[in-house]
Amino acid sequence: MRTIVALRAHTFQQSRFNFFAIAAGFILQSAFLYLRGHAEHRCPLTNLFEVFIFLAWSVALIYMLVGPAYRLSLMGAFTAPLVVILQVFALLAPIDVPHAAKMPADPWLEFHASISMIAYGAFALACIAGAMYLVQDRQLKTHQIRSIFYHLPPLSDLFAAITRLLWLGFILYTLGLASGFFVGGPLPRLQIICAVGVWILYGAILQGRYSRWFAPRRIAALCIFGFAAALTLLWGITFSAQIH
Amino acid sequence: MNLFCVGLSHHTANVETREIFSANREADCVLRDAGCAEALVLTTCNRVEVYGASQNPVATPDVARCLSRKIDIDHSAFYRHENADCVQHLFRVASGLDSMVVGETEVLGQAKKAYESARACGSAGPFLHRLFQRAFRAAKEVRSQTEITRGAVSVGSVAVDLAAKIFGDLSRCKVLVVGAGENAERTARALSSRGVVDLRVSNRSPERARDLAANVGGTAVPFEDWPEQFRKIDILITSTSAEAPLLTPAQFESTLRERIDRPLFVIDIGVPRNVDPRVNEMNGVYLYDIDSLQSVAEQARATRLQHIAAAEKIIAEHVASFEETLARGLEWRARNIAHPQMRIAEQGS
Repeated sequence: MRTIVALRAHTFQQSRFNFFAIAAGFILQSAFLYLRGHAEHRCPLTNLFEVFIFLAWSVALIYMLVGPAYRLSLMGAFTAPLVVILQVFALLAPIDVPHAAKMPADPWLEFHASISMIAYGAFALACIAGAMYLVQDRQLKTHQIRSIFYHLPPLSDLFAAITRLLWLGFILYTLGLASGFFVGGPLPRLQIICAVGVWILYGAILQGRYSRWFAPRRIAALCIFGFAAALTLLWGITFSAQIH
Repeated sequence: MNLFCVGLSHHTANVETREIFSANREADCVLRDAGCAEALVLTTCNRVEVYGASQNPVATPDVARCLSRKIDIDHSAFYRHENADCVQHLFRVASGLDSMVVGETEVLGQAKKAYESARACGSAGPFLHRLFQRAFRAAKEVRSQTEITRGAVSVGSVAVDLAAKIFGDLSRCKVLVVGAGENAERTARALSSRGVVDLRVSNRSPERARDLAANVGGTAVPFEDWPEQFRKIDILITSTSAEAPLLTPAQFESTLRERIDRPLFVIDIGVPRNVDPRVNEMNGVYLYDIDSLQSVAEQARATRLQHIAAAEKIIAEHVASFEETLARGLEWRARNIAHPQMRIAEQGS
């Protein structure tokens, strides 16, 4: 919020404020997840409420790992609203319903769910970097240079960040998907189809990037579309898991 | 103690007049000849100013005479600011508000250099020390709290800024200059100054291509080979006098397919334009002609002008605060130096 106001007032300065604000939120989220996990004696990923909180935590985690490394300080201004939206939705929507059947704790299932969520965090950051790329690209194309132009990273840096985030997310998601096959009980068919669908979608984006099917602008747009689709499918996966 | 500033700038004198007085008379000469307690000479390409502190008033012609070896000089172009006005003037100068290009930052470096040199030769004492340190603080605050220095305002620097926002590190960029006009040379030089090392020049006249390549530290490429070079480069500068466009979307299409993941920045400074404007609609191509570069420079200039009021406010606050500090310091000095017995009495009680 502070960054948006500063950008509008043309007084934005590169600072570590965004990083520390998200880090503070991350500590509180970690505390919440720890307490929740402690109460349930398992990784807190049993319903949609916990999935959204865990996702917001993953986004913050990946931002803290990636943001400073690529000097994408303004990324915090784009990341924070996404974290807020995910958390507000989790808190306001009536989705904190206990799981119908108390499943026994399975380390493979917990690993599968948590690593997949962290992969979603990387996809979310790729989506944010994609949005930043499109904003910068539009200004360069239309020759309308606004204040934000000077604070956003160069296109080549953003594209490199998008590629690395896609790889990070894809590798983590592949690990999550593979670990799903070691889960004790059978997983719902819809859940498997949705999970494989997300994997194919991001695999195709990466393939398109290296086979030169898509220009960087198209890849940036696909990262936004991909994350929106993955989020919808995540809903489907969690919903189907809650029914079973 | 009186603070004063005597000088001339682009506001009051033309370059011929400024030249006469920028003959590098050192501050210690001003100290000796004009009878100041402290003095500092600030010389830039647009101004020559003497900042001084003295017990007794120092006349403007005396200072002007110190700056020129000539005896018979016309000092009508000189302005004079005293005390609060002098403080405000220096803060405005250091912040780039009084510069020809509002918001330029070079003047701050020149002011720092002038201060260092005056300090080294002993002509800057406690008054000028406080004044200049506060001026640097005010300038820093103006720069960080407003957008007075934001964006490039000349065509060459706009092109470089845009290139940096597309490619990041320019040292790895390959640049091809087609045409050997003055604008192309200026832009190539600007890119070279920001780290570009791979510069290729192509022109119908091989001699001119070689000359320009030698001037900007690049290599000449035969004119018939430049479409081949086009596949390898990141930045293309065109500045030929060709009547018809040299590049059209059809010519770009096959090349772009091969370099889909690498952006291409095209700077068309030829009049008439050398590149078909529809090229800008292609994926990964950023085309800027002379008008669009000027428009970006104009946008930056307008942004800077919008922030003048905010910058003046910051300066006014610093002037008021400095005046207060100075008054307190002078009062303390008066009490402790002029009436030492009162101080002893105060300490005794």
